[in-house]
Amino acid sequence: MKLARTATPFLRPATGVGAMMSEVCLALAPAAILYFLFFGFGILFNIAVCVLACAAFEALALMLRKQPVTVVLSDYSVCLTGVLIAFALPTYLPIYVTLTACAGAVLLGKHVYGGIGYNPFNPAMVGYVVALVSFPVAMSAWLPPGLGDLDYTMPTIGERFAYIFTGNWPAPLTAEAITRATPLDMVRTGLRASQTFGEIGNSPMFGTFGGYGWEWVGNGILVGGAWLLYRGIIRWHIPVSVLVGMLAPATLDTLASSGTTPGPAFHLFSGATLLGAFFIATDPVSAATSPRGRLIFGFGIGFTAWAIRTWGGYPDGIAFAVLLWNAAVPLLDKYTAPRIMGHER
Amino acid sequence: MSSAPTANLFRLPGGLRLPGHKRVSATGVLGAVAVPKTLTVSLRQHAGTAAQPIVAPGDRILHGQRIANAEGGFSAHLHAPSSGVVRAIEQCLVPGRASLSVPCIIIDTDCEDARIDDGHAIPNPFALGSRELLDAIGAAGIVGLGGAAFPTLAKLNQASEAGIDTLILNGVECEPFISCDDALMRNRAGEILYGARILMHALGLRQCFVGIESDKPEAWQAFNEAAAVDNNDKLMLVQIPTVYPSGGEDQLVYLLTGREVPSGGFPSDIGALVHNVGTAASVATLALSGMPLTSRIVTVTGDGVASPGNFEVRFGTPISDLIAAAGGYTERARHLIMGGPMTGIPIEDDAMPVVQKCNCVLVTSRNITENASTEPERPCIRCGECARICPVRLQPQQMHRAFTIGDRDDLPKLGLRDCIECGCCDLVCPSHIPLTQTFRDAKAHQQLQHYERERASRARERYETRQQRDQHRESTEAERLADLKQKASRDAISEILARKKQKEPEQ
Repeated sequence: MKLARTATPFLRPATGVGAMMSEVCLALAPAAILYFLFFGFGILFNIAVCVLACAAFEALALMLRKQPVTVVLSDYSVCLTGVLIAFALPTYLPIYVTLTACAGAVLLGKHVYGGIGYNPFNPAMVGYVVALVSFPVAMSAWLPPGLGDLDYTMPTIGERFAYIFTGNWPAPLTAEAITRATPLDMVRTGLRASQTFGEIGNSPMFGTFGGYGWEWVGNGILVGGAWLLYRGIIRWHIPVSVLVGMLAPATLDTLASSGTTPGPAFHLFSGATLLGAFFIATDPVSAATSPRGRLIFGFGIGFTAWAIRTWGGYPDGIAFAVLLWNAAVPLLDKYTAPRIMGHER
Repeated sequence: MSSAPTANLFRLPGGLRLPGHKRVSATGVLGAVAVPKTLTVSLRQHAGTAAQPIVAPGDRILHGQRIANAEGGFSAHLHAPSSGVVRAIEQCLVPGRASLSVPCIIIDTDCEDARIDDGHAIPNPFALGSRELLDAIGAAGIVGLGGAAFPTLAKLNQASEAGIDTLILNGVECEPFISCDDALMRNRAGEILYGARILMHALGLRQCFVGIESDKPEAWQAFNEAAAVDNNDKLMLVQIPTVYPSGGEDQLVYLLTGREVPSGGFPSDIGALVHNVGTAASVATLALSGMPLTSRIVTVTGDGVASPGNFEVRFGTPISDLIAAAGGYTERARHLIMGGPMTGIPIEDDAMPVVQKCNCVLVTSRNITENASTEPERPCIRCGECARICPVRLQPQQMHRAFTIGDRDDLPKLGLRDCIECGCCDLVCPSHIPLTQTFRDAKAHQQLQHYERERASRARERYETRQQRDQHRESTEAERLADLKQKASRDAISEILARKKQKEPEQ
């Protein structure tokens, strides 16, 4: 009897890239829900627009590159890129800025290098930075969370949509009246004006420890990150080292300045720290690949982001830190390869 | 005699807990396969050089009679698996990675199975010296029955030259579906320990570990009972955790001793010698009955056969006979694999004969993995899971990249030749990349390149020698000419001078 020939191993993997990527997207659901509860529908709208736009840009790139569109799209990596961009962008943003970020991510960050697996930089962060340097004003205009007790009236849904699609707030609203500095912004300008963190942090905007609303989104991200760790989709090295890299200098700094600078809790729950540690720096394609390399990579990102927040020109530094350390990955991979069994060091 | 607890073992990097599927075939009962009408004995079933036939077509032969001699130091003798008449010595297809025809001795059996009685039994092996015992083991054509069919004499010679201190018997059998060693250990634990004592005596060893995987409680029990009778305090039974590939030779040495086999080396380089339990049993059989190696236990299993089990099979028996003994194919039968599902060799024709390294015949349907992902193959996303589970601590993601991008000079540095082809990386790859096959290809490619480089350098040497010779010839020729010229001109001058002188007195 003749039988079909097959190469061993004959056992097959139980998981796939598509299943993994879609699970990472789902792990952001708790954070998205909390984001929605505190800041309104903007995040859901952003997710929808970014995912659709990223998928459309990827389909376009695949057609130009003569690749099978549905097969590649079904790896869901572009979907994750879209969700991450949505989390990174301000909640309400003129739509052309959002689309610029998506195009930057998918075309400039991913397909010019050959698509998934070949991009040296984190696509979502490439997209974010493209939008940040192209539209600095719009990209730093954040609506505050609905606090209720503030002397502040939230724009209506209609007014928000008008801003998204026209790029201007309908009269009599003005950008100055509508937007508020984020906690990270307030700390930055406050410290520069010689205030102490104790004085700045008295505003109700700061919530309990990391900014009203933001700290709850952070908790949602933590839940998702813990799920990914439990499922083995990400490993502990990068998240832990990012957090150590940021919190260790923040702790030392706040001890040395006896509380005049923001402490580790604030750094942990504000800005993109948690999203960066669990969902952005952990992108396997653009991260270091060996365990020791990942520890250095993560620590470098955490430390660099803290340094940018403390001395740099931007209130947050996760995106720049990630891109900077993405560039160092080939070097890290070369010098941190594990010792092979039976080899001398 | 003592049993070391599992906790004292060294920890292997990586490895996988795989569903065993062992109960399918491991019943403890050893089935028999009738002597087939025709035996096809491959002359190249052991590792090393092919054996040289010493029989001719038409010769009558008896069961156990030598039919081929080892060729050189790295080869093995072959013996007739049954009695009959040699029909031919010709090229036949045998199981292998590539479909290969190799010379085989084809025997028409007479169903009498008459045994040769040449008095090779060793009633008291402990009275013999090391050399005599090693020679007897070599004469019986014993090879490693773990899966590589490495000639045992060559291994023992290597070990005694290197000077070793530890014998390790490998009863781990970590690959799913295979249970032939389990069946052997359940039925012949006493013989295995006896074989171990002979091997220890032959090499003057003080320490022997018997590693038995923790998912084989019956074999463990059988060994403990046999050990109570054997009463040998140099022997230590050790339970090995059920993690694939703990049964790999280098892996088992590390688990038990914490010593790493140097890259490209052998366990004997670090004082250890590993034999499969089946090899020890063959040595015992030789001592007890004088019978050389002519058969082995083969597991026949998978959802493609009706009643899986273990069978004592003569080398050269067609695989189809073995399938018939296991109740024949089921309608699910689609793939036939010699060996296990991780490292086995696909076979497309069941007329091929059983060879020494055939520990298992696995017949399966298209898909034997529960909840296997149906996604297509995709580019590597560098998740590093393959590196996490690699038992050699390689980085398959980097090796794959080097191979596909074409940076192949990096492969040796990345440890390509240290890859044991266990297949773990394939199983955790979310991109479904056939990594192990890639590395097999890469190794073949490197070998070819090495061969071609060698050939090129030989050609260059030849060319340079010739050029040198030509140059030498040319320069000597030129010298000779110059010499001649000089001599000629000197001669001419002196002639003129002489003539002048002659003229002078006349003046």
